Amino acid sequence: MFTAGCPVETKGHSMLVTEQERLRSSLVKMTDRFGRDRSALMPILQELQQTRYHISEYSMQVIADLLDIHPVEVSSVVSFYSFLEDKPQGQFVIRLCRTIACDMNGAGNVARQLENDLGVEFGETTPDGKFTLGWANCLGMCDQGPAMLVNEKIYTQVTPEKVHSILEECRSTFGVHATVDKERC
Amino acid sequence: MIVETTHGSLTFCSIEPGSGLNSALERPSANALGRIEASGLRGRGGAGFPTSLKWDLAIKSPGENKYVICNADEGEPGTFKDRVILSDFADLIFEGMTIGAFVIGAKRGIVYLRGEYAYLRLHLETVLRRRRAQNLLGKKIRGRDGFDFDIEIRMGAGAYVCGEETALIESLEGQRGEPRNRPPFPIDTGYLGNPTIVNNVETFAWVVCILAKGAKWFNSIGTEKSTGLKLFSVSGDCSQPGVYEFPMGITVAELLKEVGGEGAKAVQVGGAAGQCVPAAQFERTIAYEDVPTGGSVIVFGPDRDMLRVVENFLEFFADESCGQCTPCREGTPKLIEGVKMLQQGRCSMHYIHELCSLGETMQLASKCGLGQMAPNAFLSIVEHFQDEILGRVGRDG
Repeated sequence: MFTAGCPVETKGHSMLVTEQERLRSSLVKMTDRFGRDRSALMPILQELQQTRYHISEYSMQVIADLLDIHPVEVSSVVSFYSFLEDKPQGQFVIRLCRTIACDMNGAGNVARQLENDLGVEFGETTPDGKFTLGWANCLGMCDQGPAMLVNEKIYTQVTPEKVHSILEECRSTFGVHATVDKERC
Repeated sequence: MIVETTHGSLTFCSIEPGSGLNSALERPSANALGRIEASGLRGRGGAGFPTSLKWDLAIKSPGENKYVICNADEGEPGTFKDRVILSDFADLIFEGMTIGAFVIGAKRGIVYLRGEYAYLRLHLETVLRRRRAQNLLGKKIRGRDGFDFDIEIRMGAGAYVCGEETALIESLEGQRGEPRNRPPFPIDTGYLGNPTIVNNVETFAWVVCILAKGAKWFNSIGTEKSTGLKLFSVSGDCSQPGVYEFPMGITVAELLKEVGGEGAKAVQVGGAAGQCVPAAQFERTIAYEDVPTGGSVIVFGPDRDMLRVVENFLEFFADESCGQCTPCREGTPKLIEGVKMLQQGRCSMHYIHELCSLGETMQLASKCGLGQMAPNAFLSIVEHFQDEILGRVGRDG
């Protein structure tokens, strides 16, 4: 799985060499900012997840090299945290709270409508790569449920009929997000 | 963007930022610790460990680089009071941490903010910058030589178990958030092996109030073993959900009256990891010595299906289990299976007893609080709601 100096992604589509170089140099910049101690690992992974929508095997190798740890160490951390993903996520990650108070307030109906409007099921990403639909455990909005996160933005008292407008809001801001992210990489 | 649903006036509103720290700095640090001890303050995250004792142990622990960590990984189902404190009273949190640093002699502080609250980060950074400019953080705080302390914010990444203090430290160190064996405790072997105090968001805020208003004021409220005031996050079947401030020792019935939850058939106190209090026991008190809570109160109305409730809690634990120890990893899915059998009306009393005994094993043998608490909800409904869960004519007839 982790071959030293592996030039291309082993799963999914392969990366262009220029793309790899760009990713590598952005990771080096991150280690300049966060440091090369093991305790810098989470901040690096979190920023990578935010800007690249996932943590690829290639990135795991580069990070491991930079921090002087085994790539499996990086992989085991990525697999542990639900906000870190090794598969590409949509630009907008929707996390609907499924914990008791939101469940009692009708999160189930919101869930169904999200699936209907996005055309995917929970755990899937839309074919255009815009939306990933998933669950969250308690979002701390139990008095205002159902609640959901779209990336870092919180929505409360979501109803099935509000789903459409929230998704439209995301679609209309998509361009802005893409530019910002490109600059950061 | 977020509608705050705070009911009544909170003590935190009346505390001037800076007043607690000034009061602490007037006298030697042992005096501040003494006042916290006299107040009887216990950890507001739910476990209820005496704050002054934790800090005292960290003082006595040898080490140059001590740390103050604020546990802002509020993830217990039904809890949201820390979110309100983080967004409305961030000054009190940072000030409580600074007092903690003064008392134990720490130079660095970390707020471990849950990933779900990332939208609060910008605000917290702004408050930190202002406090640095006001000389409430940084070098020579308030002009005192040798009192240097600063705070950084680090993010969680969606793992409930990281609210457990040793798992939180593992996560800060760039590891999987798996709880450690205790002892050693963080007070001697904490972040990067250094003596570390880990306290809840609300605990730090109360420290400031105690130093500003006096230990006597605080311990004159509440019960003998559970002094002072506490924030409660109330949700579920009641007319006024939201954040409330009540004295410790309030009865469940009194609380229900305040929040418009009369007529409830049960109240879950302490979140998924807490206890389910049935109507017959509403005279019990919410206090460390009776029904403890980190603040979560979920009200269940007369029509609520308790099996659905327990299924939801168990699914939560199954999802959040770190998988490290067997009782928790294997036990929780077994209990879910049992709930599904009950829902279908296909569970014998004999098998219920087997499941209860499995639950008791989990309580005894799991490594951390998550696994020890996971079977609580199941055991309570078997104890209190047998009429409701037995002999159902279920989905498969």
